[in-house]
Amino acid sequence: MQGGQGKMVRLKSRDELEQLRKEAKQKRAAFEFMVAVGCEHGAERVSAVFKEELQRRGLSKRIALKTTGCHGFCECGPLVVLHPEKILYVRVKPDDVPEIVEKSLIGKEVVERLLYVDPATGKKIMREDDVPFYKKQMRLVLGNNGLIDPTEIEDYIAIGGYSALAKALFEITPEQIIDEVKRSGLRGRGGAGFPTGRKWEACRNAPAPDGVRYVICNADEGDPGAYMDRSLLEGNPHSVIEGMIIGAFAIGAHQGFVYVRHEYPLAVKNLGIALEQARQYGLLGKDILGSGFDFDIEICRGGGAFVCGESTALIASLEGKIGEPRPKHIHTTTSGLHGKPTNLNNVETWANVPLIINRGADWYSKIGTATSKGTKIFSLVGKVNNTGLVEVPMGITLREIVYGIGGGLRDGKRLKAVQTGGPSGGCIPASLLDTQVDFEKLTEIGSMMGSGGMIVMDEDTCMVDLARYFVKFLTEESCGKCTPCREGLDRMLDILTRIVEGKGRDGDIELLEELGVVLKEASLCGLGKTAANPVLSTIRYFRDEYEAHIKDKRCPAGVCRALITFSIDEEKCTGCGACAKACPQNAITGAKKQPHKIDTDKCIKCGICRTVCKFDAIKVV
Amino acid sequence: MENMVELTIDGIKTRVPEGTTVLEAARNIGIVIPTLCYHPGLTPYGACRVCLVEVVRGSSSRLEASCTLPAQNGMVVYTNSEKVQKIRKVVVELLLASCPNSKKLQDLAASLGINKVRFEIKDRNCILCGLCVRYCKEQMQSGGIGFVGRGTARRVGTAFDVTPEECRNCGGCEWICPVCERACTAGNLVNGLCGGCQNLMPVETCLICIKCSESVGPKGHKTFW
Amino acid sequence: MEEKRLEKIDRIVETHGCRKERVIAILQDIQDEFGYLPEDALRRVAERLGVPLIQVYGVATFFKAFRLKPRGRHLVTVCMGTACYVRGAPAVLGELKRLLGIEPGETTDDMEFTLETVNCLGACALGPVVVVDDEYHEKMTPGKVKKVLRKYSTIDARRTRENGQAEVAR
Repeated sequence: MQGGQGKMVRLKSRDELEQLRKEAKQKRAAFEFMVAVGCEHGAERVSAVFKEELQRRGLSKRIALKTTGCHGFCECGPLVVLHPEKILYVRVKPDDVPEIVEKSLIGKEVVERLLYVDPATGKKIMREDDVPFYKKQMRLVLGNNGLIDPTEIEDYIAIGGYSALAKALFEITPEQIIDEVKRSGLRGRGGAGFPTGRKWEACRNAPAPDGVRYVICNADEGDPGAYMDRSLLEGNPHSVIEGMIIGAFAIGAHQGFVYVRHEYPLAVKNLGIALEQARQYGLLGKDILGSGFDFDIEICRGGGAFVCGESTALIASLEGKIGEPRPKHIHTTTSGLHGKPTNLNNVETWANVPLIINRGADWYSKIGTATSKGTKIFSLVGKVNNTGLVEVPMGITLREIVYGIGGGLRDGKRLKAVQTGGPSGGCIPASLLDTQVDFEKLTEIGSMMGSGGMIVMDEDTCMVDLARYFVKFLTEESCGKCTPCREGLDRMLDILTRIVEGKGRDGDIELLEELGVVLKEASLCGLGKTAANPVLSTIRYFRDEYEAHIKDKRCPAGVCRALITFSIDEEKCTGCGACAKACPQNAITGAKKQPHKIDTDKCIKCGICRTVCKFDAIKVV
Repeated sequence: MENMVELTIDGIKTRVPEGTTVLEAARNIGIVIPTLCYHPGLTPYGACRVCLVEVVRGSSSRLEASCTLPAQNGMVVYTNSEKVQKIRKVVVELLLASCPNSKKLQDLAASLGINKVRFEIKDRNCILCGLCVRYCKEQMQSGGIGFVGRGTARRVGTAFDVTPEECRNCGGCEWICPVCERACTAGNLVNGLCGGCQNLMPVETCLICIKCSESVGPKGHKTFW
Repeated sequence: MEEKRLEKIDRIVETHGCRKERVIAILQDIQDEFGYLPEDALRRVAERLGVPLIQVYGVATFFKAFRLKPRGRHLVTVCMGTACYVRGAPAVLGELKRLLGIEPGETTDDMEFTLETVNCLGACALGPVVVVDDEYHEKMTPGKVKKVLRKYSTIDARRTRENGQAEVAR
């Protein structure tokens, strides 16, 4: 119930929440149209122009404008969706706005040039739901991003938000909640895939003499290339908050923390706004909705350490210490933050909870495979056409994701591998593209589900260089406590560096494999234990590339600087001189309109010539 | 009367009070697991990974650091299985490559039968065991030194590299340090290995062994007999 | 240490309830205030929190977000996340290193630019990404680097450290 001037009044009962929901729905329905502008990289400017234009035309009362979070179709942003028909306009610029208002909001026409064109058919597609990128997804969790303004809690309530909380607080018992989550088959979405219900149960049952238990949301999302959690927190923070309150109630915790990585300032901001609004409505704090349950959430920012995505390192950092992991035989559910029973879950895991409580474990467990239930959000990035966030049911194949939803490889290149699981995961070669995405199957083939990063690589990616990239990343992120990780990764980096520099030796591959085993068996924490996966999986599937580097001193993908030479294809070169002008080392010479030449002694292989050449005349061997 | 737990170490059943670590339980029955970062007077740290033991559960097993692992009922532990030996050797080899100048480490290497260090020697003169840090914090209640930085850049140091106010010049950090304890005095370390004192095995000189020579004894190998 | 400075630091510590476990948040606020973590500030924080200085110093040197040296006027951050990496981020970084004459983590002698790398900003669809002073530059290539830098600094000559070449702004 909003007081005068839209002031938020504390909701003291479930009925009051439902009353507020009714009002919010009515308010929404009062608008003829809703314009949803998504993608924060550019959406604000587009939104601002919409606001001006609507005001200028006197339409502000008839048309609701929502600046939403990420819709997922990042490749084509900023996106504008006109409701109720759900007409989708892509790559909208601020200058396009007046035309949209004129033609589509005042008139009933479609602005053809802003429609999405399906590259497969060449046809224009009008409605969001018909776009192949969206059609093949199952956007149970991420879908709501497109319908709400994350800074307005009433939006979330209008689409049904916090109804799961009300059900949890007033209709069922904590034990029943845990049972429901158990039966749903929900497994942690942060990477390890531990059964969530079991974790909650262990935490609830752990002795807590002073009654103190904690719940934590791990929003450290350190895997490079993964940004699902960021988009959830920025675009629909209440889904995570609601999940946490339900979890806390089931477990018996009264204090929660969201640990957001340092590099996500907007997520921190939007989450902060959401928490404050929830507090004002009495959905957080003392006596939530008059149930007698107290719970509140604090935001803590990370300091820039990938290792703090590991739960015990995260907890150490929450205690004000450096992010050193602890051995896992002491379960955090028994003794975690400040020695109290603690339940830590990933952002996406928490966001799935309201769904499960509302629609039931039976419904949820029908989605996915036998061992992996529900959906998973992936960040499909790299050399794929439709870069973005995709939410799919577990069990879908990689091929369907990369080609069906991702639209295949860009620039007409061949797929070489798909990397999942971040630095703890592995590379999946094109030959295994029909593998179903599920926790066990991905681990079987040498990778892992991970948090959801899915990086598509083509023939221009050198797998040895990629392995080196991951190892280098991990040497910088290792906490440095235990010998195998600190020293072992450093030595693996030495070996890989030698290999890409053309100084590889016989026995290097075997030594890498041996170090990999030591890392896996002897490391203290998950970072170390999985650190060798990128190396081991690339050796497993791309051994020939390693051997080419070591034996032939050759980089088949044309990437490793020490092993490649830049030259100009005389047939293609038109003598325009663009490369010569751009070359920082003045290594290119040639007369006007004559084929040019690169002096390989001067060439530093920076690649600038290749980026400016319009005739594809720069050759790399 | 404390709770007792019963576990099997190297085939020997033993009962210890709950809370005893596997390392201590083993020592009780005379099985000495090698350690570097462990000291009975300080909290165990579990960093060096030398004290790893194989814990068997059904058909699978895991390696765990025995100094931090609490003994549990029905636990089956092997302190020197083939897997443990193999891994332990490489762990010590890695330490040798970054800190060869320590008699304690060289002796440990010799006892494990390490005769080759396959990694480039990058001497940081510290094994990052943290004994000095824990001594300063726990024994002296001081906290003058600590870990600085992260990953390979991690080192033991003081704030801003100046002598801290808390330092009481007790010398405990130096006393407890396995590297400072006694530098390896064999003189010429050959590719990170000493070959003196307790090492009776031939030390390999070449980084890549091409087995060019059947004879033993590298250049500069000194024996102390 | 001047009164005002002391006050600022004390206020920050008090905002976090003088709680030891909030040391990371405290250091973040101090860095926002001073642009980096000055030595005197760290000493004061340790004093107010009642912890050994090395504990605060250890935290300050463990987390990449913290800077113990003042930074340049413009902060150039290159994303080295996997998605940006496969799209060519190393070449972009290489060009920045060359033009500025510094390595990641360093600041140019004239205190104009500080170069840093970050392991994924989460803006993967725009990669390779370079952020200068909170402004995102997307789909970067080595060829675009000079133009981007010139937006921020109109200094005439920039010297590369090693070989003393002057890269004159044309």
